[in-house]
Amino acid sequence: MLDDMDRRILRQLQADPAQPLSDLADRAGTTVPVCSRRLAALEKAGILQGQEAVIDWHALGYEVEVSLRVTLDKTESRAFDDMIAAARKVPEVIEIQTFLGRVDLRLSVIARDMAHYQQIYRSHILTLPHIADIEALMHIARLKEDQVLPV
Amino acid sequence: MTELDDIDRALLRELVRDARQGAGALGRAVGLSQPAAWRRIKRLQDAGVIKSRRLLLDREKLGFGVTVFLGIKLATKGRVSLDDFERAVSAIPEVQTVEHILGLYDYRLRVVARDIPDFERVLRRRVMTLSGVGDVEANVLLSEERRPGPI
Repeated sequence: MLDDMDRRILRQLQADPAQPLSDLADRAGTTVPVCSRRLAALEKAGILQGQEAVIDWHALGYEVEVSLRVTLDKTESRAFDDMIAAARKVPEVIEIQTFLGRVDLRLSVIARDMAHYQQIYRSHILTLPHIADIEALMHIARLKEDQVLPV
Repeated sequence: MTELDDIDRALLRELVRDARQGAGALGRAVGLSQPAAWRRIKRLQDAGVIKSRRLLLDREKLGFGVTVFLGIKLATKGRVSLDDFERAVSAIPEVQTVEHILGLYDYRLRVVARDIPDFERVLRRRVMTLSGVGDVEANVLLSEERRPGPI
């Protein structure tokens, strides 16, 4: 179980994963050895799984992001597996999520511009298997995206 | 816009896999000397291609068993201040991401909760009480994977 110290460390680390251990220890109100022991324990418990770099696709010229909400043909028992396997092969798909609710699956697709999006949509998305219905939402802005957990 | 060569792409893939690697390890992975790898990473950071780092945490082990995506339609467009709504919704700790979208809904929120009753509490007390909230659609996240994207 986590105690207050673990929570303080996780809160500070989530706010800035790249900070040096000495800063992290300071901000969490502890010493470097204690902090490093706690981090090791959190990793060993599988709570802390690592860090990934976040790419800004705009900086690479990808101006368009579309959320595709997909309803699948559920009479086909392999609908989810086939769809996910096929979607993984489309490089512009940056996120695949499955849901319980009105929507079965959501794909995040990025493109350089609308013409590029149109081309991806026609040749790689509409050809994905077992789609019963598809609905597109266009991203305008991300207002909060840190995905910080309120630990 | 930043143009990437094959070595940049290999570096980005490595950093998305594990952002904690130093320039030495990254250089070895892509066949560069440590200083050459460091210069490339610095260039990618300065150009804003590497936006930030994200901590990977096991949500379930931290007690967050439920992630729900809410589609929110504002009820009285024109009379509600979008700025006020965005500020208020971004301030809710359980709301991890807020996206302004175009299509069936106006906003898409990612909400974490301990369990379904906890989610109901967040929905009723925090989200539904915001001024301007109209139709709300909820989809419970079952699985998600992030893809490396077109690099």
